[in-house]
Amino acid sequence: MAKLTFKTDNCKGCALCVDACPKGILQIATDKINKKGHHPVECTDMEQCIGCASCYMMCPDCIIKVER
Amino acid sequence: MAVFEKPHALIDVPLHYCPGCTHGIVHRLVAEVIDELGIEGKTIGIAPVGCSVMAYNYFNCDMIEAAHGRAPAVATGVKRADPENHIVFTYQGDGDLASIGMAETVHAAARNENITVIFINNAIYGMTGGQMAPTSLVGQVTQTSPYGRDPKACGYPIKVCEMLSELVGPEYLERVTVNNVKNVRNAKKAIKKAFQNQIDGKGFSLVEVVSSCPTNWGMTPKQALEWIESDMLPYYPLGVYKDRSAEQKEAE
Amino acid sequence: MADKILMKGNEAIAAAAIKAGCMHYFGYPITPQTEIAAYMAKVMPKIGGTFLQAESEIAAINMVYGVASAGKRVMTSSSSPGVSLKGEGLSYLAGSDLPALIVNVQRGGPGLGGIQPSQSDYFQSTRGGGHGDYHMIVLAPASVQEMAELTVKGFELADTYRMTAMILADGTMGQMMEPVSIDDLKVNPAPEKPWATTGTKMAREHNIVNSLSLVPEELEELNFKRYDRYKVIEENETMYEEYMVEDADIVLAAFGIAARVSKNAVDEARKLGIKAGLIRPITLWPFPKAPFKAAAEHAKAFISVELNMGQMIEDVILATESKRPVTLCNRAGGMIPDPAQVLNAIKEVNGGIA
Repeated sequence: MAKLTFKTDNCKGCALCVDACPKGILQIATDKINKKGHHPVECTDMEQCIGCASCYMMCPDCIIKVER
Repeated sequence: MAVFEKPHALIDVPLHYCPGCTHGIVHRLVAEVIDELGIEGKTIGIAPVGCSVMAYNYFNCDMIEAAHGRAPAVATGVKRADPENHIVFTYQGDGDLASIGMAETVHAAARNENITVIFINNAIYGMTGGQMAPTSLVGQVTQTSPYGRDPKACGYPIKVCEMLSELVGPEYLERVTVNNVKNVRNAKKAIKKAFQNQIDGKGFSLVEVVSSCPTNWGMTPKQALEWIESDMLPYYPLGVYKDRSAEQKEAE
Repeated sequence: MADKILMKGNEAIAAAAIKAGCMHYFGYPITPQTEIAAYMAKVMPKIGGTFLQAESEIAAINMVYGVASAGKRVMTSSSSPGVSLKGEGLSYLAGSDLPALIVNVQRGGPGLGGIQPSQSDYFQSTRGGGHGDYHMIVLAPASVQEMAELTVKGFELADTYRMTAMILADGTMGQMMEPVSIDDLKVNPAPEKPWATTGTKMAREHNIVNSLSLVPEELEELNFKRYDRYKVIEENETMYEEYMVEDADIVLAAFGIAARVSKNAVDEARKLGIKAGLIRPITLWPFPKAPFKAAAEHAKAFISVELNMGQMIEDVILATESKRPVTLCNRAGGMIPDPAQVLNAIKEVNGGIA
């Protein structure tokens, strides 16, 4: 099973990872605000993650760690 | 177990770039390549003036901040100071590389200076708030072309790879983009080749990365990546514009 | 002692630079200093050094910036219009605290001007030349031997204080030939430069060479510290030559070729019973204030002899604290005052004070 870890405080909520995810399991958490004042990304269903690292590839702030 | 995470050559600090700015992706690709080639300890990076002026805070290797447009000249000095032991790259935007620093760019290429140049083309001056760049598209609205770039008044955007490919000097010129996962992977391959060429002593290698500037384009990050596809790439086609070693091999 | 050889001033600079361990030279052709580049082009490839004819003066000074960042002795040379172009790089070198040697073999200006000797870049050199608060160490040779000696000294001072040193010569100094000894030059090797960007070898934190500082409090602090360093230089590194100043009523101030002309005029004046003397600043920055201040105690008047419209005269007035009249004896645009002109100026002033 693949695992995603987010460095949430550095997320700027740009959502490039959300669009890149082939499984559609990433979303911008509009109910949360990080230290920088952004809505950060979150994973809605880690079970479905296939560890393709597309989110990692598109993240401009290198906040995502992917293990598989 | 496969792990994708922040490369060692990238310092673990928040980047100052705007949300969705692709500078961060290219920074990571450069750092990944430095890691994979095992050259961090001998690499010296040259930051430009522009949005990536503070790149010296982001790369773990030794860094120099150059005057606007002068990075290839500074890189020439650093490389020639110790050609065997220095791996030198510049990281420059379009205003830096193709406007104020055009002479330095062309001549470093003409000399086939053994350096690696990462060229971010996002068709705008980002740091100063969105003015017309030498690569701004015809009709593109910016702060200093408020009615759209008018070629009658300010000419046509410069295609750097095409232009440099007319020179005998340079070893390798490729244009890539980072607007989707596939293109990011290709961009990394090009950047790796550009560094490997330097290690192999082949000479001047430039990778032009067609990039986005959501803030100054007035778009969401997603729209900006789409605009790369719809508007930038037709004028700036991706591909290898010069690869002397490959050409020579083919000729043999 | 090694034999002296007959050399042009420009060649002496180049030979002395190599003797000082400078293995990297970047330049752009401009009269009247191109012999430096020509010498480097001939010699550097044979000793494993770098000679590179840059695409512009701007590129040349930035190549210097690159080698200096990597911690090696490096130089460029030019003449007045070319040095204006290097102004940007000089400012960045200062802002990044990098050592380098810059040679300006001056010609008449402004603009493209002419190619004959001049000293009209005095303000540009001693007041900075580029933007921002900074100084360069400015050395003014008055013989071919001194061209060589001050070149070595320039590298050493640049390294010691992490700043640029400039040889401010004029076309005469560059073009004239005199016997010079290069082999006898004493050279202190470059000090360790732990700040240099030579690659971390994965054994230390990364070094950053940089002149950007966006926090005003921090930038102010950097400026204060730099000026503290300048103060030490003013105290320890000021150089000048005095000639018959001790009992002089009229003291000339002159550097470079003007000093040699003035020395002749002093001799002639003494023959006429006029007590003339000469203070020759060797460092133009830091300016030797002390001998002028001391001379103002006994001298009745000062004459600044210059190949320009009157630039150093301002420093003479400042150094003498306006205690005595200071007049100007000058030629400009590539012309050189002859001893007779200077003697006339001395006589005129002497008539005024007699």
